[in-house]
Parts: sequence; C-alpha cells; structure tokens
Amino acid sequence: MPYPARLQAVIDMFAMFDTADRTNMLLGYADQFREVPPDVATRPFARSHQIPQCESDAYAWALRQPDGTLKLWFAVENPSGVSAKALAAILDKTLSGLTPAEIAQVDSSIVEKLFRQNISMGKGMGLMSMVEAVRALARAAEKPPAG
Amino acid sequence: MTDIADRGYAHPEVLVSTAWVEQHLNDPGIRLIESNEDTLLYASGHIPGAVHVDWTSDLNDQIRRDYITRAGFEALMSRIGATKDTTVVFYGDKNNWWACYAFWVFQLFGHANAKVMDGGRVKWQKENRPLTREVPHYEPTQYVAAERNDATHRAFRDEVMAHVERKGQLVDVRSPEEYAGTRMHMPDYPNEGALRGGHIPGAKSIPWAKAIDPEDGTFKPADELRRLYCDENALSPAEPTIAYCRIGERSSHTWFALKYLLGFDNVRNYDGSWTEWGNMVNVPIER
Repeated sequence: MPYPARLQAVIDMFAMFDTADRTNMLLGYADQFREVPPDVATRPFARSHQIPQCESDAYAWALRQPDGTLKLWFAVENPSGVSAKALAAILDKTLSGLTPAEIAQVDSSIVEKLFRQNISMGKGMGLMSMVEAVRALARAAEKPPAG
Repeated sequence: MTDIADRGYAHPEVLVSTAWVEQHLNDPGIRLIESNEDTLLYASGHIPGAVHVDWTSDLNDQIRRDYITRAGFEALMSRIGATKDTTVVFYGDKNNWWACYAFWVFQLFGHANAKVMDGGRVKWQKENRPLTREVPHYEPTQYVAAERNDATHRAFRDEVMAHVERKGQLVDVRSPEEYAGTRMHMPDYPNEGALRGGHIPGAKSIPWAKAIDPEDGTFKPADELRRLYCDENALSPAEPTIAYCRIGERSSHTWFALKYLLGFDNVRNYDGSWTEWGNMVNVPIER
C-alpha cells in the first residue's frame, strides 16, 4: 500500500541521496522539531503517552481537529535524542492533517527507508515503536466517542 | 564527583575530565575522537576539533566478523591526522560504551597513548560546554602501525573454553535478565540472533553500568569499584579475567574499568561474546 503523498515524497527524496546527505537531511528535520505546547500537555507527561522502547524518552499525542483530521505532537526528553526528534518532525510534517484512517495505515517500515545506515541497534526499535505509537493513537481516534 | 587523581585508580592517567579536555581543545598533540552508537550524534554537534570514528565502518572489518587490519588502522590514523605521538582522547554516548570499545581496538594496535574523557558526551553537554557541527580536517599522516596483537587484550572462544575448564574468572556484564537466560537481548534492543539464553558457566553477573555514577556518567572511585568487583563478587586482580557481553562493546567498558582503574594484571575482552557462545553447538551454558 502506498504511503500518504507527503510521506512518500520525503521517502523518495531520501532515496536519492547518499549517507552523508541523508544525515544532513535528518539533522535538518531534527532542527525543525517543535515540542508539544503547554496547552496540549505539560510535564510530567502522562505515562499513557510515553512511547514504549524508545530510549530517548519520547511521548506522542494526536489531537483531533475540527475538520476530522489529526494533529500530531511529540516530546523528546533525552537531549541526545536526535534520531527521535528527526522522526517526530517527519511524522508531524507528513501525517498531521490526515484522517485517523490514513495515519493508521502507515507502518513502521518507513524507519528503515528514512534512516538506513543511520539507524543504530537500539534506536531502530525505539523509532519503529514511535511509528506504532502514532498508529495506535490514530486507531483510537477512529473509534466513536464512548457514550 | 571527586577529582580523577583522588579516586585511587591504578592508572588515573587514562582518564581525563571534561574540564581538562576543554583546556586542551587547541592542543595539536591531542586528537579528540567521538565514538557513538547513534550515528547521527556526531553530525548533530561534537566537541570542537573532534573527529568521528564509527565502530562499524571504521573499526570492524567489512566482510569478516573481525577488526580492521594493520593497513586499515594505518589508514584510519592517517585520516584523523594522528601520529605515534598523538594522544587520542575518546568520548561518546552511552556512558562511553563505544569510546571504551574504540579505546580497546586501539590497544590491539599498541597505541597506548590513549585516554577516555570521564562522563562522556552527556557530561560535556550537561555542563554546557561548546559543541559544533564543523567537521575538522587534519593533514593526513604517515602512521606505521604494529601488526594487530590480539593476545593481550582479546579472548577467543577456545581460550574462553579453556578458561572455563580452569574455572577462571569470567564477568558477564549484560543485564541480569540476559545472564539468567530469560531475555536474549538488551532491554529495548533487537534480538541479534543468539539461539540459546543463559551465561557462560562460572561467570559472575556484574552489569557494566554498575561501574558508573548514574548522576553524571563518570566512573565510580576505586574503593567503590573494588567493593563491587573484588568484595561482592570475589574477583582477584591477580587472576586472569575475561569479560563478555553480547558483541564485546559493553564488556570493553568493564575491561577498561578492571584493567586501568583497578589494575587487574590480565584482563581480556571476549568480543565473540554471547552472539557467538549462545549459538555454538555443544558448549556448556548455565542458567
């Protein structure tokens, strides 16, 4: 199944470059990372939003917008969590504004496509877990409100 | 944490503080080397003047499961502009796991003029010391290395087996769950293929991170390390000792602590570690 258009465009762009350029692009995304604003969540962040297996101590939120789409937010507590910040920025820029159903279809294979040699042993699991956490939030948002 | 010189280490000269490194940023006789697990970290910002040495692409043979050859080491040292007289100072993420691993590989080639920055990258960052994304370029050198000598610092499986039969000192530095065989890999890490769980018979379980002060990532003082390794786990500094983990990276950290901080006479790192032992046919395993 193809990825959403904006995400596919980023993946295609990464595929065109070598390791050094991909590194710079990932750092560029990490620099664009913006933490969850206080009107969405404040410290200490709820454990229910913590991304399991992510050693960068990352959190994710998906807020339903008036048009029915989702806006993704993240927090990365580890100051060295460059990879987590890069992926969070990519997920926000490519998936925010999509419907929960569209976001729920994205799978964690994007991590390898984006990071390739830049993925480390521990990071790989954590980053894939970040994608799965976003999918879980999207699936939860698909369900009608209780009551 | 007290000054390095006051911690009672056997070889305090192998550790330098973050302050010492900042004072020597422009010292041409010093080459700072950052080695991380996260390959993005160096590019995201490093100590000014530091070069990047990657444990997979720079230190490992790209075909065999082995380390670089003499020619590879000479090429690496040439690339980073180091001579025999250059003092290399390693630092990195994960409380200097990979820094110690790189330090260990450098010792296989006899570059003894080497140190580790205590506390590593995290301590440097916490102290708000300078970082840069500018990659330094050094004039290539003509470095003539000795042939790699594995005998002193490295243990192979047959040697480990003989060591087990002699009931020699073994230190398993993995997590208690990996040691017990209830987990085949580090927490939050992928299973890299060991078919059996457990530990090498007779090994003491002393997770590597116990040597570290969790507050700032520095090594604990010698008396605390001695209590951990010698008193609580009955290891003798005079007896041959082999440390192992999963692929030899965490155990190089323990190797460093035992050899240089506590002065163990004969300590080697079994880099085959559990990914080799846990896959071999008909070798003894304890749980």
